[in-house]
Amino acid sequence: MTQQLLPWLFLAFMATLPLWMTDLYVLHVLVSTGIFIIGAMSLNLLLGYTGQLSLGHIAFFGIGAYTSALLSLGFDLDLGGAEPFVVGPQPVWIAFTGGVLMAAAFGGLIGKLAFRVRGAYFVIVTISFAQVMRMVALNWVDLTEGPMALTGIPPLSVWLPGEGVIGLYDKLSNYLLVLGVAVVCYVVIRHLVDSRVGRAMVALRENEPLARSVGIDVTRYLVIATVIAAGMAGAAGGLYAHYVRIVDPDVFLFIYTVTMVIMVITGGKGTLAGPIVGGLLFGALPEVLREVARPEVQWIVYGIAMIVIVFFLPQGIVPAAGRLWERLRPRRPAPGGTALRAGKETSA
Amino acid sequence: MAEFLQHCANAMILGGTYALLGIGLTLIFGIMRVVNFTHGELYTFGAYMAFMLAGLFAFNFFVSLVLAALLGVALGALIERVLLRPLRGADIDTTMLVMIGAGIALQASEQLVWGGVAKSVPNPFPTAPLTIGPVSIGPIRLFVLGVAVLLLIAFYGLINRTRLGMAMRATFQDPDTAALMGVNIRVMYTMTFALGSGLAAIAGALLGPIFIVYPTMGDLVALKAFAIVILGGLGNIPGAVIGGFVLAFVEEFGAGYVSSGYRDAMGFLLIIAVLIVRPRGLFAAKERIG
Repeated sequence: MTQQLLPWLFLAFMATLPLWMTDLYVLHVLVSTGIFIIGAMSLNLLLGYTGQLSLGHIAFFGIGAYTSALLSLGFDLDLGGAEPFVVGPQPVWIAFTGGVLMAAAFGGLIGKLAFRVRGAYFVIVTISFAQVMRMVALNWVDLTEGPMALTGIPPLSVWLPGEGVIGLYDKLSNYLLVLGVAVVCYVVIRHLVDSRVGRAMVALRENEPLARSVGIDVTRYLVIATVIAAGMAGAAGGLYAHYVRIVDPDVFLFIYTVTMVIMVITGGKGTLAGPIVGGLLFGALPEVLREVARPEVQWIVYGIAMIVIVFFLPQGIVPAAGRLWERLRPRRPAPGGTALRAGKETSA
Repeated sequence: MAEFLQHCANAMILGGTYALLGIGLTLIFGIMRVVNFTHGELYTFGAYMAFMLAGLFAFNFFVSLVLAALLGVALGALIERVLLRPLRGADIDTTMLVMIGAGIALQASEQLVWGGVAKSVPNPFPTAPLTIGPVSIGPIRLFVLGVAVLLLIAFYGLINRTRLGMAMRATFQDPDTAALMGVNIRVMYTMTFALGSGLAAIAGALLGPIFIVYPTMGDLVALKAFAIVILGGLGNIPGAVIGGFVLAFVEEFGAGYVSSGYRDAMGFLLIIAVLIVRPRGLFAAKERIG
């Protein structure tokens, strides 16, 4: 009962948070953290449910950010033909959707290529992909402005009755927007992992040859998971581009993928709440450390935290908290109850 | 033609250090099944140690190189002892995450200790390039190539001609059987990691005087080392040497004749291409790993 209520309570808390938390800096931190949490949730689909350690996930984020920014600014593409291919500035939401679709398309392409290999090979292919994307963003100056970055990106907008279309410049509306997108992603992932597709993904994580032998088309499900995860990461990238309103090639840096991986692992991979818990923790940690430590020390703490978590909480915080909760609650004799609850833990 | 020969010479010199980086990484993977994300940091560490010894303490340059390599060996042994030994038997993703964490902590430590300003390692070589026919090469680059080739030969001898090498090869093939034959697997793992780390550190110490030394210098190098190892097939030592030279030639000629901006992307494009065509690397290892 409590477990069903918990997400709603948490959502109510997050939605009403701006009512009493009016500090703009805190809101800004929450917006950035929220964007990363969406990225981490999408990564969790691959890392947690299919068990594939993709270390190029930031590439989809960056592709979403660049595509959305370019479509909203307009661009011309000189592909060597007589006339350059000119795209005028598009409405922001069309641009945003374009970013999501582009990221998802790349997800499909890379999924098809990368899932020819597993394990260490897969990890290195995904890293390489993100690196190539960064090089392209740096060097295709005609399109991306290279290191000069894309600037003056318009914010996302909403239509309000009586007000017309208004740009979302302030922190509060961006906060609510990110929260809304995060909820949509959460609901999509939740439905997905409870579906046939989700069970197939878990089956191949647990035992790939066995999953194959019972007729699960492993590569197809892996590609489906990658397309959805990439689309969500692209949405996070789009939110980032229109919130920060500047995009440079550094969005593709490896360290951002690592940040998302840390969030997922810390919270608990393969759990719905894991990326959110891990994300809030590692979103808040730099802010707390900022008061007392230099950035280098923060990174040292990050690295050590990662090691400590893998050593002592290999399943992450959410499953550990679940087990603690099971131990503390008063025991009621329920037939078959433990087995059922143990099963629930992994999907909680 | 002159340009072509110059590119060949440059690629050979680059390839030597790439091969050193590659064999260290592939050795660690082949024997320990660890994807070592601290490799690039060991490279950086080697370069900083060379800077500290030759630059700050004004030691002899050649002595500094040897000491930097030994310090790399010591750091590698420490990492293995503290982080990897407790995780023996853990799955590959677990050790990979621990190594990423260690890599982040090491890089941040280097930033903390040395600051963000790039350093240069003083060296006794004249700066005027040697001209051999149409090709001109800096004397230090020639020295680096010479040391790299000597180390590669020494390493080959170590693996194929000594008892230690035999024990390593046995562990590589089957740790359990090797243990039954009296090979101390724990020691073997520590030695392997320390040796691989030492090779990365000496590569950093050798390239430090040619390039500049800065805390994030290992990032790209680590990724290139992965590219080299993938090219050769994970765990394949001769493959890593060839992979190192292949990558160097592709980069050098790609930068020279295609686009210099994409120089660093060549390796990654190469990996993606190789894995599409031959998913187990150019020189397929005996088994699928993962």
